[in-house]
Amino acid sequence: MEWLKLLLGFFLANALGYGGGPASIPLMYREIVTHYGWLNDLQFSNMLALGNTLPGPIATKIAAYVGFRVSGTAGLLIALAATCVPSAAVLIGLTSLLHKYRGSKAVKGMTLLVQPVIAVMMAVLAWQMGNESLRAIGIWQTLGIAAVAFWAMAVKKLHPALVIVAAFAYGGLVLSHTVA
Amino acid sequence: MGSAWKNSRYVQLAAAMVRTGILGYGGGPSVIPLIRYEAVSRYGWLKDEEFGEVLAVANALPGPIATKIAAYLGYREKGWAGAAVATIAHILPSSAAMLLLMSIVQLLSKSAVVRGMIAAVVPVIAVMIGMMAYEFGQRAVKGLGWAGGAAAFALTFLLLEVVPIHPAIVIALFLGYGAVHFRAAERLRARLDRSRRRKEGNA
Repeated sequence: MEWLKLLLGFFLANALGYGGGPASIPLMYREIVTHYGWLNDLQFSNMLALGNTLPGPIATKIAAYVGFRVSGTAGLLIALAATCVPSAAVLIGLTSLLHKYRGSKAVKGMTLLVQPVIAVMMAVLAWQMGNESLRAIGIWQTLGIAAVAFWAMAVKKLHPALVIVAAFAYGGLVLSHTVA
Repeated sequence: MGSAWKNSRYVQLAAAMVRTGILGYGGGPSVIPLIRYEAVSRYGWLKDEEFGEVLAVANALPGPIATKIAAYLGYREKGWAGAAVATIAHILPSSAAMLLLMSIVQLLSKSAVVRGMIAAVVPVIAVMIGMMAYEFGQRAVKGLGWAGGAAAFALTFLLLEVVPIHPAIVIALFLGYGAVHFRAAERLRARLDRSRRRKEGNA
């Protein structure tokens, strides 16, 4: 039963994520945390953080970890297959057909109209993560870390992996005394 | 012997995809130039223009972009077996590293230091996802205009959070409208033009 859930959950999240791996993150959150309860908010955030410190596509790293956690090696293979196979098979099988419609207004319109949905789902997810952080470490730590992270990533254009490693270091040194 | 090994397409595919899987930091978009280098410059599997065309087609499909391109290149060289080799080579190292790293963290999850680390990173992830939300939102506003973008955001929020409907259905609805969006927008513009001209004619 878990296999079927993994297959369905990861297939849906990736079949609907237009805009590469990142577009699938809120959809995967929906399946992994909200729908099936395989991870909680904190675990999901930690998985994203560690995933971002490693190279390679984010969607497959998430699929591998969650699949393995839910049902071992078989789960890992199923979640990875559900993530990669459908869109790759469509690309290979229908390249010539797709090529004809690549520039079509219908395809462009579809790709465009998914963007606002993904944007809203991501904004809601960011809000939820913020709330989770408020509960865990309080408002001042949350705002302080968020402000520094925003400055580093948006203004200084530092790579997110560096910012995540810095946050890990800060948390290990400072928050370890306050987190219960 | 050594060169036969090196010249095997399977070995080339695996080597190229392991390299790009390990060196591609920051997910799909950052890895595409690396894959282009391997496929076009290093091994000459296809011309730059063709790579660009495949990339454009792949971008019109959902799902992670790098694995789609890896599978396509593998298939182009060696059929379905090649597609499997290329995809697995691309995702195996990072998947294994992810499992290893997560198990270590889990093993240490009782320690206060690790709990502090995990807690400190939540606001960073919130900011990161917020910035991604902004990027996707920007794309929506660029394509739909301010009014159209705002309407789409409001409608999505209403459907997802207030009603609430499963995102799969919401996305299906938006995809359905998206397929006719540009035609509908053109028709609307034409009608507005006509009524304006008629008004000017009457005046």
